[in-house]
Amino acid sequence: MAFAYSPSRRRSPHYDHGFGCGAAAGGGGLRGLETQGLPGRKDLFIEPDLMSPLDRIANVSVLKQHEVDKLYRVENRPAPIQGGKQCCFADIVNADKMSGRSRKYKIIFSPQKFYACEMVLEEEGVFGDVTCDEWSFYLLPLDEDIISMELPEFFRDYFLEGDHRWINSVARALQLLNSLYGPFSRAYGIGRCAKMSYELWRDLEEESESDGQGRKPEIGNIFLMDRDTDYVTALCSQVVYEGLVDDTFRIKCGSVDFGPEVTSSDKSIKVLLNAQDKIFSQIRNEHFSSVFGFLSQKSRNLQAQYDRRQGMDIKQMKNFVSQELKGLKQEHRLLSLHIGACESIMKKKTKQDFQEMIKVEHALLEGFDIRESTSFIEEHIDRQVSPIESLRLMCLLSITENGLIPKDYRSLKTQYLQSYGPEHLLTFHNLKHIGLLTEQTAGETLTAMESRVSKLVTDRAAGKITDAFNSLAKKSNFRAISKKLSLIPRVDGEYNLKMPRDMAYVFSGAYTPLSCKIIEQVSPPTLARRSWAEPKAFCPPPPRRGWGL
Amino acid sequence: MSRARADEEEYWHSSKFRAFTFDDEDDELSQLKESKRAVNSLRDIVDDDDDDLEKVSWSGEPVGSISWSIKETASSSSSLEGRDTSLQKGSSSYSALPKQVSSYSLSSLFKGRNRLPSLPSLSDAFSDTGVKNYAPELRRPKAEYKDYSNDWSPRDTVRRMQRGKVCSLERFRSLQDKLVLLDEAVAGHDGNVITAVLIFLKRTLRREVLFRELEVRQVALCHLIHFLKETGEQKLLLDLLRFLDRTEEVALSQYREHLNIQDVEKKREFLKGCIGLPFSAEDISHIQDHYTLLERQIIIEANDRHLAMAGQSEIFRKYPRKASILNMPLVTTLFYSCFYHYTEAEGTFSSPTNLKKTFKIPDKQYVLTALAARAKLRAWEDVDALLTTKNWLGYTKKKAPIGFHRVVEILQRNNAPVQVLQEYVRLVEDVETRLNLATKYKCHDVVIDTYRDLKDRIQLMAYKCKVERGSAEEEKINSLLSNMQIRWKN
Repeated sequence: MAFAYSPSRRRSPHYDHGFGCGAAAGGGGLRGLETQGLPGRKDLFIEPDLMSPLDRIANVSVLKQHEVDKLYRVENRPAPIQGGKQCCFADIVNADKMSGRSRKYKIIFSPQKFYACEMVLEEEGVFGDVTCDEWSFYLLPLDEDIISMELPEFFRDYFLEGDHRWINSVARALQLLNSLYGPFSRAYGIGRCAKMSYELWRDLEEESESDGQGRKPEIGNIFLMDRDTDYVTALCSQVVYEGLVDDTFRIKCGSVDFGPEVTSSDKSIKVLLNAQDKIFSQIRNEHFSSVFGFLSQKSRNLQAQYDRRQGMDIKQMKNFVSQELKGLKQEHRLLSLHIGACESIMKKKTKQDFQEMIKVEHALLEGFDIRESTSFIEEHIDRQVSPIESLRLMCLLSITENGLIPKDYRSLKTQYLQSYGPEHLLTFHNLKHIGLLTEQTAGETLTAMESRVSKLVTDRAAGKITDAFNSLAKKSNFRAISKKLSLIPRVDGEYNLKMPRDMAYVFSGAYTPLSCKIIEQVSPPTLARRSWAEPKAFCPPPPRRGWGL
Repeated sequence: MSRARADEEEYWHSSKFRAFTFDDEDDELSQLKESKRAVNSLRDIVDDDDDDLEKVSWSGEPVGSISWSIKETASSSSSLEGRDTSLQKGSSSYSALPKQVSSYSLSSLFKGRNRLPSLPSLSDAFSDTGVKNYAPELRRPKAEYKDYSNDWSPRDTVRRMQRGKVCSLERFRSLQDKLVLLDEAVAGHDGNVITAVLIFLKRTLRREVLFRELEVRQVALCHLIHFLKETGEQKLLLDLLRFLDRTEEVALSQYREHLNIQDVEKKREFLKGCIGLPFSAEDISHIQDHYTLLERQIIIEANDRHLAMAGQSEIFRKYPRKASILNMPLVTTLFYSCFYHYTEAEGTFSSPTNLKKTFKIPDKQYVLTALAARAKLRAWEDVDALLTTKNWLGYTKKKAPIGFHRVVEILQRNNAPVQVLQEYVRLVEDVETRLNLATKYKCHDVVIDTYRDLKDRIQLMAYKCKVERGSAEEEKINSLLSNMQIRWKN
């Protein structure tokens, strides 16, 4: 929640505090801040999660123009389960009240205000003391062709907690898209959340019945997909440049912070990564291995262009300085940043046995060498390489194998807790609940008949029979889908990463993201009906059945 | 419904109703129109068996029974209270209204629209008629209607809330009303509204009643649980989970609280209490371990802080502790203990062997951690001892449960000298890996020996230019190349 508050009218009449905060949360409607009741000087408190989106639309000087005096970062208190966020505003307000100071406060919620937040304000006794506002921040254009809602909390809230609070935001975002780009000609969706969002959106549309009817549609088909239809994509290591930059430095709202090790100076630089960056736009989708060649070629060209000035006379030099130099300098700056980033990525990935890790991922996707992969994961955990990466590999194993064998589950879990901390017991519980990291249940793998058979034979043989039955029963959902849609391309010989023939190149040819495959299947209108029917039948079991519209 | 009343209704619907419009809300009007159409079309179908159906109340009890009339009174009085403002303005026939509402929605419930009597349709019926029946009598200047926000049907209330409008829920007083409202909220797919309704229900219903109703409403249940988690109403959350028999979640949820405890002594006490919680059999041992680990860490920490302060112990002087060991994972603790307390007897709490035993740390994990710790101290004899095993004949043999390529990697990262490194490079089983590592770390002897074993003369000759001129290695290569005994493969 954003939070704006302002100090004593009496004592310092033109000094206000503005307050921005919130996981649920809101930065600025900056113009709104000024026009709607908080003129004059103010402080702005911002929730860290809102900084990146706010950065995209405003900067410090804009804030200064709006008479923002000081900027504060609102840290969540360590207690994760307390409704700390909201309380900390209330605490400030209450503290002010106690000391007899009166200010004006304003809380700006983004993208929307929740009733639960109002309840907290009411309970804390500050309800009348603050005014609330919403910053309906639904869509952030990240690039020429990407618009994002930037709602990282969506996944946890919906899939883990089962909270539908963001569906309204999604529906409103759809409505906004619809009003900006004209009506969509067709809508497709997979998953419960997609269905609910669609329904709520239709509801909103019917209600507003806007004038969009006569408009020429700029968006053809829309596809609504629940993340849980394809976890694999999110679990595989990215190998294109943009993906690796994200893995290493975290791209937030389309921009990234390159630290001192990249900038080769003592400060960090915030860089916007989009099509405007001429270097980045050429390498973002390239396999990492071809990026080096490209960058060194680029720097040679750049050198040559600089060198041209050697033979120039005064006039040419003047031209060069006034027209080309700026561009060259810019290019030089970008080039050195991306080379620096490449180095950092290389360093980090070498340390993490990236090569081996990718090999293991590929083995898991294709379903062979499961034992070797499992022991690789085990060692990964034992060496405390990275808590996230360890979990990611375990989840990939679980998804592709339809759960871990109980023995493995127990041993990996124990070792994980030993390596990364016992409190991760809660992590495991969450992952199990959400279906990302599960244990094969006995019932699934062994029917009564089979276990009776195994009792009749010797122990050793029983083990073998059980194994056989297990592998029979392990026809996982993932295998069925990936086979039906051929998500794992068959390649004879080397997969050509420089001139890829299919979309699987994003994972070095090991896997085609399900969403991309479905869109590809649906896109040519003639194919739409036939191919949609197929994935529909295979997409996750009820009640999350696929549905077409 | 009785014929007379049906007529009466027909009258309202056909004549007066048309005159009345909610000018400020178009959808309201269209909805009313739609429901009117639906209701009117119903009448023909349902008239015949009216009588049987009319006598059943919401809860399925025959009309006329005591419970029915009690409920009727209750609901009528509640609606009266809810509308005290309008009462003052002098509407006349209020007491009759709730009955009409009930009976009317009843008929649509049982006969209406060929739908199953599921809750949404129930509420449709309820809301439609609710507005309709009140409307004519409440006719008054438009301006006043605006204040009259109490009138929204459950469905419209939910819709308004979805659009962020303020809507009082106070008029939903009967359990039935509350549940209809909740179901509408769930059907509306907006979690914010669902939570808002739940906050209201939580405030106005006894928890047992609320829990009972939520048990059959999973989506709403998730929202309440999430809400309680977020607002930190731990006690109510635990009660709810217990009511639902989700004992493991009760345990986990309680265990979770330890994250908020800063003081280690208190945390230890708390964890001790957690051991008795209804975890799964598997998790119990993890909780037990967590408790034991913290207990150990507290002892070790107190001891070592004292040692470090006193400045007597050389290791603490030479390598000052960077952080406290409290709340660290087991493996980190093991590393710490291998670093500072490697030689201690098994009896002490801080000795690595004691940790290994207490927590049943697998061999592989132990060797890996101990190796890293000893290599960091450049204690190469310890490394050697760690990897040496004696067989039953008393011969010693090098063994590494983690694979020697890992050993080499760890040693190399700690800048082990070539003499130490090459001993382990030599033990790497896979020839190709061995050659790679040996070349990379300049373990010339290993490279030369490997090529000799492979009888690869060409590679050996090629390698000659990589070693220093006049060095012992070059000499070795030369003597090998001139050795007539070897049958080179090339």
